[in-house]
Amino acid sequence: MGKTIAEKILSRKSGQDARANDLVVADLDFRMGQDGTSPLAIRAFEEMRGKRVFDPQRAALVIDHSAPSPLEGVSALHHLMRSFAKEQGMIMYDIGDGVCHQLVPEKGHVGPGSLVIGADSHTCTYGALNAFATGVGSTDLAAALISGKMWFKVPESLRFVCRGRLPAGVYSKDLILFLIGQVTADGATYMAAEYTGEAIGALSVDARFTIANMAIEMGAKAGLMEADDKVLAWVREHRAPSGRGNFEVVSPDPEAAYARVLEYDVSGLEPQVAKPHRVDNVASIGEVAGTAIQQAVLGTCTNGRLEDLRIAAGILKGRRVHPEVRFIVAPASRRIYLEAMDEGIIQDLVRSGAAVVTPGCGPCVGTHNGVPADGENVISTANRNFKGRMGNSKAFIYLASPATVAASALAGAIADPREYLK
Amino acid sequence: MKLKGRAHCFGGDVNTDYIISGKYKFKTLDMKELASHVMEDLDPDFAKKVQPGDFVVAGRNFGCGSSREQAPLALLNAGVGAVLAASFARIFYRNAINTGLPVVECDTAGISAGDELLADMEGGVLRNLTRGTETPIKPLPPFMLKVLGDGGLAAHFRKYGTFNID
Repeated sequence: MGKTIAEKILSRKSGQDARANDLVVADLDFRMGQDGTSPLAIRAFEEMRGKRVFDPQRAALVIDHSAPSPLEGVSALHHLMRSFAKEQGMIMYDIGDGVCHQLVPEKGHVGPGSLVIGADSHTCTYGALNAFATGVGSTDLAAALISGKMWFKVPESLRFVCRGRLPAGVYSKDLILFLIGQVTADGATYMAAEYTGEAIGALSVDARFTIANMAIEMGAKAGLMEADDKVLAWVREHRAPSGRGNFEVVSPDPEAAYARVLEYDVSGLEPQVAKPHRVDNVASIGEVAGTAIQQAVLGTCTNGRLEDLRIAAGILKGRRVHPEVRFIVAPASRRIYLEAMDEGIIQDLVRSGAAVVTPGCGPCVGTHNGVPADGENVISTANRNFKGRMGNSKAFIYLASPATVAASALAGAIADPREYLK
Repeated sequence: MKLKGRAHCFGGDVNTDYIISGKYKFKTLDMKELASHVMEDLDPDFAKKVQPGDFVVAGRNFGCGSSREQAPLALLNAGVGAVLAASFARIFYRNAINTGLPVVECDTAGISAGDELLADMEGGVLRNLTRGTETPIKPLPPFMLKVLGDGGLAAHFRKYGTFNID
């Protein structure tokens, strides 16, 4: 019987014939924690009487959620992380380096066939590179740091076949919002999602990360894609200096068993928006266009990559953001920030009225860098619009593509980006 | 493992931001401080009302969203004895077991606030003592039951030094 991508990677890494619903212990290629989860992991590491981190150069701690520190309490936790990483010889990415889910792929720590855990739910992002990557909590991270292993229940897989090509003005963010709206917030719980079809193949790797990133918003354990020439070229361009990364492309077998196969023709898709306070509360742009907004956010692990900034700058160049809108931009990493400056993108965004903040998670997680006021509407390229997500439970968050966010920032209200691309 | 508690009812898709908001969790490891804010965006008085051993009862997809382990820890430190839900988001489910918070997957539709409940984890049944009804519990995989019995994954690792999956 054939195997899915998830079954193949977990078989290889566990040395067993792993099938859906089996429990396996598997060797990890990389482990990651961020500043919201690592301090508790360090505490759990001590509770487990851990002494040394197993293979510490295949583990990173990242300070991105509150970076730079806005508070004394946060500073103490950052200090704890820096001390632990130094003592253990782990990789440490500090303030300004970027968002963990950009850094792990960008620095070459993950590639086709890798098995990765991260103490952050959006670790599924690396599935765009054909890696099985999943989010865990702090205690699981501590166990993985000590042992280099993790236990997994091998997931069933849910296959999305996306036929046709996305029309102009419609992007990978619109596609994943549409799919989440179709299957709902728990439509893929306990399962691995596999995304395939012409529409996926036509996307850049940057754009594919957006789709894999949001697999967790349908409850999935991983969001997997096949490795084509674009992925292999991307991985070559983002190789780790140490040359680490023993990658091996994994394709699903034609006769693999799926829990469900869902097919969509996406050639007629319109820009999509997730309305407050649920990611699966998705509408086409026409239904929400005209809703006044007070803040627009471009960035995050979902949409802070170079292509995202370029798309937004294409709409904003030579124009001014609406006077009653605060426009916040956070590039996903230092590298992206520099590349965007080299292309003049940052200059175009700043001239249009953007406030550019340190690469990091910033406004998405409500820690700092743009907490909205009571009753305000925000449109964001992030992946969650839960009540209180941005630090104020009386604000309203709409999720959309970089193009829709840019168009809305200009209009002062949710706007269809296709009107600005003519 | 048998657990007895009084129900506090919530709806479906209770995400980890609602359990403990990101604005609190990044600045402290003091779980008692976090426990004073648990579930506050859904019920501002919950932290004051909850008594040791009480159950949180919810619908589908409990604990969806972020991987923050502060969510089960805040519930535990507020005195919550178990979470009962129609289904759980997988990261929360793992985190709950890893931190020693019992999670019970069962049909919760017939439970009302204040009901006295008895969960028999090995027997696989939930008894509603107030209403005199019984509901089957979806069994935990034996390995997870072992971790929970050890008091969480840290205690499990202290005992075995690794994942004792067999």
